[in-house]
Amino acid sequence: MTNYSGLKVLWQGLTGNKGWKPVWREPEPKAEYDVIIVGGGGHGLATAYYLAKEFGVTNVAVIEKGWIGSGNIGRNTTIVRSNYLLKGNEPFYEQSMKLWEGLEQDFNYNAMISQRGILNLYHSDAQRDAFARRGNAMHLAGAGAELLDQDKVRKMAPFLDYDNARFPIKGALLQKRGGTVRHDAVAWGYARGADMRGVDIIQNCEVTGFQMDGGACVGVQTSKGNIRAKKVAVCVAGSSGRVMEKAGMRLPIESHVLQAFVSEGLKPTIPGVITFGAGHFYVSQSDKGGLVFGGDLDGYNTYAQRGNLPVVEDVCEGGMAIMPMIGRSRLLRMWGGVMDMSMDGSPYIDKTDIDGLYFNGGWCYGGFKATPASGFCYAHLLATDRPHENATEFRLDRFKRGAMIDEKGVGAQPNLH
Amino acid sequence: MIINHPLLGPRDASEFVVKGAASLIDRPDWQAENATDAFHDYMYLRDNPAGEHAELWYHEQGDRSWLVVTRNTLTHEVTKVEMARDVARARGRSK
Repeated sequence: MTNYSGLKVLWQGLTGNKGWKPVWREPEPKAEYDVIIVGGGGHGLATAYYLAKEFGVTNVAVIEKGWIGSGNIGRNTTIVRSNYLLKGNEPFYEQSMKLWEGLEQDFNYNAMISQRGILNLYHSDAQRDAFARRGNAMHLAGAGAELLDQDKVRKMAPFLDYDNARFPIKGALLQKRGGTVRHDAVAWGYARGADMRGVDIIQNCEVTGFQMDGGACVGVQTSKGNIRAKKVAVCVAGSSGRVMEKAGMRLPIESHVLQAFVSEGLKPTIPGVITFGAGHFYVSQSDKGGLVFGGDLDGYNTYAQRGNLPVVEDVCEGGMAIMPMIGRSRLLRMWGGVMDMSMDGSPYIDKTDIDGLYFNGGWCYGGFKATPASGFCYAHLLATDRPHENATEFRLDRFKRGAMIDEKGVGAQPNLH
Repeated sequence: MIINHPLLGPRDASEFVVKGAASLIDRPDWQAENATDAFHDYMYLRDNPAGEHAELWYHEQGDRSWLVVTRNTLTHEVTKVEMARDVARARGRSK
């Protein structure tokens, strides 16, 4: 397959766009692979891509129950950032940010990566100090950060409610490199890149169980028959509980729903991503003009991809509190995605206690931004059997060792992370 | 969602906060030989089923009672609501 280029787009435009071909095959599964990745979402496809490209492992299948990109990779609010605090997290997310920055050239696909900046608003002196500390942690990891006072924020976002009696906006922590990415294109770009290198992407194929031999995992049972593999890599965040149950594992994960919202299309209004520091609300503007926003989880365990109305009200109140002009626009769409909420708000990329079975999940509602690094680090683990240096803390046994990575400090209460 | 409170009748779910799985009632014996492992599993591991799920709901904006709500995690249908103290006593707890 040839590379995409501006010249090619021009040529196709002049010849009726008749030369475009499907960018991945639809193969039947082989009897055996070196690695089977369960789950064709962003993380699974990224894992396959980096396995083939960086680690030379090409006898790989990605097995997806629906169609690729039908899960959370196509349901998120598309924000990328690396503004974490703890040392178990920040280098990993900064690795992800760097991979985002070079991604389009790397996989030769337009993912519409737009680094318009992310503003985390602060509303009190204590919050400013906490953001100063976070900013310093970001500098230590090379992520960069700026602490802005109110005047500087006013210049960037004059429409915010600065003099709100209850939550006055005092300033913000800015990460200029943060922004948004066209989420579906990430799945398609990784799928194309993996397929080009020989990875079989098998869609509409549900994993119904694991093949075990002498206590080790030696393959999967699927709706298209049994497929053997030297290594089985589960990567199904949102459905981790349902899939790992088939291997008899209980996980430090609860499944919760997070709702997202899009307004009608507006002219350009919001320069980047803005987050509310006193409630839970974040907003950006899509290329089509819709305001894309979200807030808290619904709070109860669920596998249903829809939420309830009290949270809709709560999110919209958050929007009204920082940005009263949002009340003039109408809500166009809303939907829910199922999250693997972990016990400390941080993810897992680890071998399980079962030989040959690997696990990637627990991304809470921060999975999208992590897609490239998650794929890279998981591929590293699968290829070398050692964790990548930026993912050494994401172990399943960290609670036993007292080594939680609890950014928010709320303990083992997954619906609060 | 409507929670049919055993004492107060049907109440809107927004009056409640959710703690999590009702298995949190079954606190391990802290003096047992395997207490460390038992508390790890109790605190950090979850069944997280897709289907019927018994969970603890707290009526914070109401009578502040704890309830065990049995609910389907695929459909959000509530099939049973009990007072948590009744459930705990039935399992041998003093309160």
